[in-house]
Amino acid sequence: MEALTAHLSQLGHGLVTTVELTVVTTVGAMLLGIVVATLRIAPVPLLRAIGTAYVEVFQNLPLLALLVLFVFALPTIGITFPLFTSAAIVIAVYEGAYLAEAIRAGINTVGVGQAEAARAIGLTFGQSLRHVILPQGLRAVIQPIGNICIALLMNTSLAAAVGVVELTQAANNVNLVEAQPIAVFTGAGLAYMLLALIIGQVTGLLERRLAIVR
Amino acid sequence: MNKTQQILFDEPGPRAQRRIRIATVVGAILLAGALVAAVYQFASHGELAASRWEPFTTWPIWRYLLNGLWATLRAAAATAVLSAALGLLLALGRLSTHRPLRWLAGAYVEIFRTVPTLLLIYVTLFALPQYGLNFPLFWKLVVPLVVSNSAAFAEIFRSGILALDRGQTEAGLAVGLRRSQVMALVVLPQALLQLAPSLVSQLVGLLKDTSLGFVVSYTELLYSGQVLSSYTHLLIQTFLVVALIYLVVNASLSKFARVLQARNGRFGGRRGRRTAELPPPILEGNTPR
Repeated sequence: MEALTAHLSQLGHGLVTTVELTVVTTVGAMLLGIVVATLRIAPVPLLRAIGTAYVEVFQNLPLLALLVLFVFALPTIGITFPLFTSAAIVIAVYEGAYLAEAIRAGINTVGVGQAEAARAIGLTFGQSLRHVILPQGLRAVIQPIGNICIALLMNTSLAAAVGVVELTQAANNVNLVEAQPIAVFTGAGLAYMLLALIIGQVTGLLERRLAIVR
Repeated sequence: MNKTQQILFDEPGPRAQRRIRIATVVGAILLAGALVAAVYQFASHGELAASRWEPFTTWPIWRYLLNGLWATLRAAAATAVLSAALGLLLALGRLSTHRPLRWLAGAYVEIFRTVPTLLLIYVTLFALPQYGLNFPLFWKLVVPLVVSNSAAFAEIFRSGILALDRGQTEAGLAVGLRRSQVMALVVLPQALLQLAPSLVSQLVGLLKDTSLGFVVSYTELLYSGQVLSSYTHLLIQTFLVVALIYLVVNASLSKFARVLQARNGRFGGRRGRRTAELPPPILEGNTPR
């Protein structure tokens, strides 16, 4: 226990970094997910192909490989970002593919009649998507989106492998000094479980508030 | 393209066709622009030179990378078998009639579903050796992967078992089978068939997880790339090739999962046999589509 309290600020910084990374990438991935899901159902074949290619590529590459490519290899062609930014970009792009698929699944649950009605009153593709389809489609997949956010939280730990000192890395650093693995790693694990619990609670709350019971 | 998506836009008329053409051209220009920018970045840093790519046409380099892929596949196979078996046991535990068993399995799944795999890897790397548990390198990667993936598998199995019509279990009990027999003879065979696509998708996730060998310094594909690039100094080339290999392997697996999905979990020869012989049962509340 002393190992934890003596390094509280170090672990706290790690926790804050993890939370920051999670929040930033969730927002980024959500925006990307909506854009890519829209591309995948657009009337333009080329845009559909781009959306499909995006999802195929980023769902089938390991996040760690992307992180390594972005952080270690891109500087050789002159593309460099601060470490935290790089990690955030890569994780957002990666999780964006998963969110796009979840959102598309949500769009598919919206009744055909809704889209027909939207078109019948003269809404364009963009308008019917924005005012009719997405508001309903997103509500149908709150739970899956929450699960992806929890996966995202766990995936932020991979940023540790390229040098971001977030919760996992902070725990590891403290353990290297204190050699109290049980206390340190259990503490970090509990922190992750707590964060996941919070995401789960927020998702549940949103679901109760927003979900449409059919 | 399914119905909803098609219904979002009409059969394009002349104006819509013009707009689609404009969007295509704009999209193509943006795409070409991104490509040109990428090529420019490569060229201006001398990474396009033939000498920087030539090594990847030689066999020794490919042999090294394919060895890495082989190690990745071995680790993935070991993880898949062990975590699927453990996951099935955990799912059965969560659905068992014994409360302590249910509680234990539930706790395991809930804990390891929300703890990052990397943290588990650090535990096996830095914590367990202190207590005399020093695995060989291969198992330092596989054990944490099994611990976290078995929780994922348990959830897949459980959802599949729960999704099966309750009438199946009731019928099994009614003809006098024991609970374990109902599970083994009636429920599992049907649930597993339904779950085949999800299980294959989970394999993709698991194969991606083996890239954590990078942290363990187990020479699977990603770490092989790292080792290779530290010898050849062909950083971006190596990692792009490594990414391409991952993409090919995982995209094939994902494709396989989609085929299974389309065939109701059956693969090879028996496609749609049941539906061909029997008319689809029309039950209450189950409107034919």
